[in-house]
Amino acid sequence: MISVNNLTKNYGDVCAVGDISFAIRKGEITGLLGPNGAGKTTTLRILTGFLKATKGNVVVGDYNVEENPLQVKEMIGYLPESAPLYGDMMVYDYLEFIKKIREVEDEHRVREIADLCGLQGVMHKNINELSKGYKQRVGLAHAMIHNPDILILDEPTSGLDPNQIIEIRNLIREIGKEKTVILSTHILPEVEATCDRVIIIDRGNIVADDSTAQLRSSAGKDITILLELSGASFDEMNNVLREMDGVKMVTLTSDREDHISMSLVTDGDKDLRPDVFSIIKDRGWTLYEMSREYRSLEHVFRDLTRGGVDGTI
Amino acid sequence: MERYKGALTITAKELRTYFTTPIAYIVITVFLAITGWLFFSTFFLYGQAEMRGFFELLPLAFAFVVPAITMRLFSEEKNTGSFEIMMTLPVSTVEVLAGKILAGTLFTVIMILPTIVYAVSIGFVGDIDPGPVVGGYFGAILLGAAFSAIGVFSSSLTKNQIVAFIIGFAICLLLTLIGKFLFFLPSGMVNVVEYIGAEYHFMNIARGIIDLQDIVYFLSVMAVAGIATHYVLEERR
Repeated sequence: MISVNNLTKNYGDVCAVGDISFAIRKGEITGLLGPNGAGKTTTLRILTGFLKATKGNVVVGDYNVEENPLQVKEMIGYLPESAPLYGDMMVYDYLEFIKKIREVEDEHRVREIADLCGLQGVMHKNINELSKGYKQRVGLAHAMIHNPDILILDEPTSGLDPNQIIEIRNLIREIGKEKTVILSTHILPEVEATCDRVIIIDRGNIVADDSTAQLRSSAGKDITILLELSGASFDEMNNVLREMDGVKMVTLTSDREDHISMSLVTDGDKDLRPDVFSIIKDRGWTLYEMSREYRSLEHVFRDLTRGGVDGTI
Repeated sequence: MERYKGALTITAKELRTYFTTPIAYIVITVFLAITGWLFFSTFFLYGQAEMRGFFELLPLAFAFVVPAITMRLFSEEKNTGSFEIMMTLPVSTVEVLAGKILAGTLFTVIMILPTIVYAVSIGFVGDIDPGPVVGGYFGAILLGAAFSAIGVFSSSLTKNQIVAFIIGFAICLLLTLIGKFLFFLPSGMVNVVEYIGAEYHFMNIARGIIDLQDIVYFLSVMAVAGIATHYVLEERR
């Protein structure tokens, strides 16, 4: 569907994207992940024809972005970072304008897309007066009004509150069933929650390109068990638990008013929770909480982009 | 240029924005008040039923007002980032540019439309020669279009609307006033410089004599400004 070949973009002497290549298949939700300033936005801007590549090319469908920009732009719905829409326009007028310029024939399309994106209540408000969340939704409506095959979203959930984030993610997953979606983000859980595939970019280079599941398993199969107990001192518990088969490390995370929280790193060959539970029961300790945590993408991300800009993750 | 629909849609959008925000009303009021006052304050002294005095004011008035109208067309988009939206819609750079110049031109037309009342009321008090009036309005449209193209060009240069206005105003002012400085020049250059001046061509048309050469002049100004804008927009990528 999309193939990016040896793409390079320099701004003067600064290299924003350095010789990257990847291909995106139809019907996939791909996450473009990377610390701030990694080159995500630049890559997307070249894909959408807003910027010109210094070297390399992008082919979308059968068209080269540089040679047939209009055909490519027709196939793509694009939501730029922070949805810079025409603030002086009413939502309704804005969507009508986009509909007209995209030559969408269906008369009911604006109403339809407004329903889908939850915009019914704000159609006659100026875009400037909307909250960030609504603006983002108008942006999504703008990107989807012509029912494009490819949807490119630059940080679609930035600036939204947690409820809105979940809503937008669900919407993206829903859309992703039929369409090819590329979204960029620096938020890991977003990729884990929505994407089939992740491309991690760091300082203009691709450092990983794999399915989300594959990438997660490459993080190692360590499983951490989190416990909150009372009834004995940590040392006493530690002595027992660390002797168990498969436990690699026991760490105290907090000790407050007899409630002891700790984490057990296990090698992941076997689910140790039943064994842990039977020990707790035998000793007569009180169990408040027990949960399991996979080693998350976060670790992979940190490992891969460690050299990146400090404090950006 | 086989696609022009996109340009017209953009023109309609820009005009709509002008009239849903206070800009249009402020600019039009200021324009009518100033030109009306300057024109009628001397009109009765001459006692002649003609609009020549009004059309003589136009180049200078347009040099100021038209860049004020067009200053936002690209600067604002670049400033808010909506430029990215515009340039990723399936419209070519030429369409965007043509749409914006046309919006500026139509705005100037709407702005001078109420002054037809001047012509009508003069018609009541004396016999007015329709030739120069029709020529004057025709010339005003060409002048408005040429200055709009210049204004759009200066707007494409910067994110800052004030800077865009000053650049646009400076270029338009130069084209308007250059004809007044002919006596400083060696005689060989007079014709060339006279040809560059917008006022000279405008007044030719406003006399009621429509000469192809004058029309070509305004079209060339538009073409040069348009090509320069296109270059600026493409260079950015």
